[in-house]
Amino acid sequence: MNVIYILWLRQVKRFFRAKSRIVGAVGQPLLFLLALGYGLGAVYQRAGQGNYLEFLVPGIMAQTVLFSAMFYGAMIMFDKQFGFLKETLVAPVSRLRIMLGGALGGATTAVIQGMLVFFISLVIGFRPQNWLAVLTTLVILSLLAISIACFSSGIGSFVEDMQGFQAINQFLVFPLYFLSGALYPLDHVPAWLRIVAEFNPMSYAVDAMRDTLIGQTHFGLAKDFIVLLVTTIVLMGFGAYRFRHIEA
Amino acid sequence: MSKEPIIRLEHVTKKFGTVTAVNDVSFETRRGELFALLGPNGAGKSTTIKMLTTLVKPTSGTLTLAGHNVTKAQDKARKSFGIVFQDPSVDGELTAYENMELHAVLYSLSRKTARPRIEALLRLVELWNRRDTPVKNFSGGMKRRLEIARGLLHHPHVLFLDEPTLGLDTQTRNLLWDYVQKMRREENMTVFFTTHYLEEAEANADRIGIIDHGELIALGSTKELTKQTKTTNLEQAYLALTGKTVRDEEVGPHEAWRARQRARTMR
Repeated sequence: MNVIYILWLRQVKRFFRAKSRIVGAVGQPLLFLLALGYGLGAVYQRAGQGNYLEFLVPGIMAQTVLFSAMFYGAMIMFDKQFGFLKETLVAPVSRLRIMLGGALGGATTAVIQGMLVFFISLVIGFRPQNWLAVLTTLVILSLLAISIACFSSGIGSFVEDMQGFQAINQFLVFPLYFLSGALYPLDHVPAWLRIVAEFNPMSYAVDAMRDTLIGQTHFGLAKDFIVLLVTTIVLMGFGAYRFRHIEA
Repeated sequence: MSKEPIIRLEHVTKKFGTVTAVNDVSFETRRGELFALLGPNGAGKSTTIKMLTTLVKPTSGTLTLAGHNVTKAQDKARKSFGIVFQDPSVDGELTAYENMELHAVLYSLSRKTARPRIEALLRLVELWNRRDTPVKNFSGGMKRRLEIARGLLHHPHVLFLDEPTLGLDTQTRNLLWDYVQKMRREENMTVFFTTHYLEEAEANADRIGIIDHGELIALGSTKELTKQTKTTNLEQAYLALTGKTVRDEEVGPHEAWRARQRARTMR
């Protein structure tokens, strides 16, 4: 068995054993979906934009993946606090493989949570425009999850405790989320917001998901994919670089 | 026991900022030896173990483990030792067996070689019947036993034990030393440990090093140390060498960080 595989497996096993994590992971996005979807639905429709719930589903899926992949950094905090990190750091394996194994595990659990939101959306009436395109959605979710999980490993490497991590987490994740077009279309926003959104990689993940799920796009799928790929590579490099200097 | 050195420190110094945690320390331990490193809190014991186990790099000097330079041939050095840390380092969400299995993969043991070894070691530490229990349900003593079994899994040349019996009852402490002695005899393993229980060092160690203020101030068997200090047992010899004042000196940056963590967990 491979080191990356066993560390990946560890994250996945831990996820499925913590039932409360699964409930919590899906509960919050569900609240967003129901409260915003039904709450703003009428206004959105009156503005001539169509079905808001349908518009919102891809954004909320991306949100779920963003938040839960970022949570992987908190797992590193736990590993520091409860000592398991030392077990991996004295082992004869490269830091890169330790980082990748954990981050891919964290990414996998994030994608599972994103897809859970998708299935719940189906129950409340959401239908993708093309069932085959859902596979492309899955690829986009995976890229987003991997890049964010690597990013959070990088952050988790140099932050010392959970409080510090939470502070950075909130400082970064909420702007990434609220300034991404996950909740509103970017077509008619003020120029400053559009510019901010254009520099936010999260916007491209949301846009790509919207394109594959409901056929609406702001940037175009090709551009979305390129930005996502570059982001993934850069953040993977960031994670790998920071993780080399991690101390137990 | 052969004369061949398995651990060698040559003029090792470690500074954290302006604090010198370890100052020009040199000594050797022989293959198969049971070696105790003693010293008051903040003397440099943990930093020495951290340098030997690749967790921190020395500021200067050379550390050699089973013939491998610890800073230059990290992975080879890592393969040659097992360690039981002062605080638990097992994954509580995984079962005892899964923790062992994960360790086997980290040390690239094949499943075929790992399986019988895991069974034998879990039987040795009397946890085979609890192998499928998540470790978070284990007591402190059970966790420590599991960590010892895990540290031995990949047939290390050296087993590091950083205060292995801290907080354990007398029965468990005796058991632990029985396991360690048995494995040492069977596999000609070197055991390097730190402890505050001097009677444990006296009963188990072949040789003892005493470190204080980052410097090695004495090295020898209990007999040699008592003779040198004209005392009758190790505890008296130790106090004669390190003095009787309680140490309230600043702890190292690593220890300070860990203390903060612990305080937080208890809150």
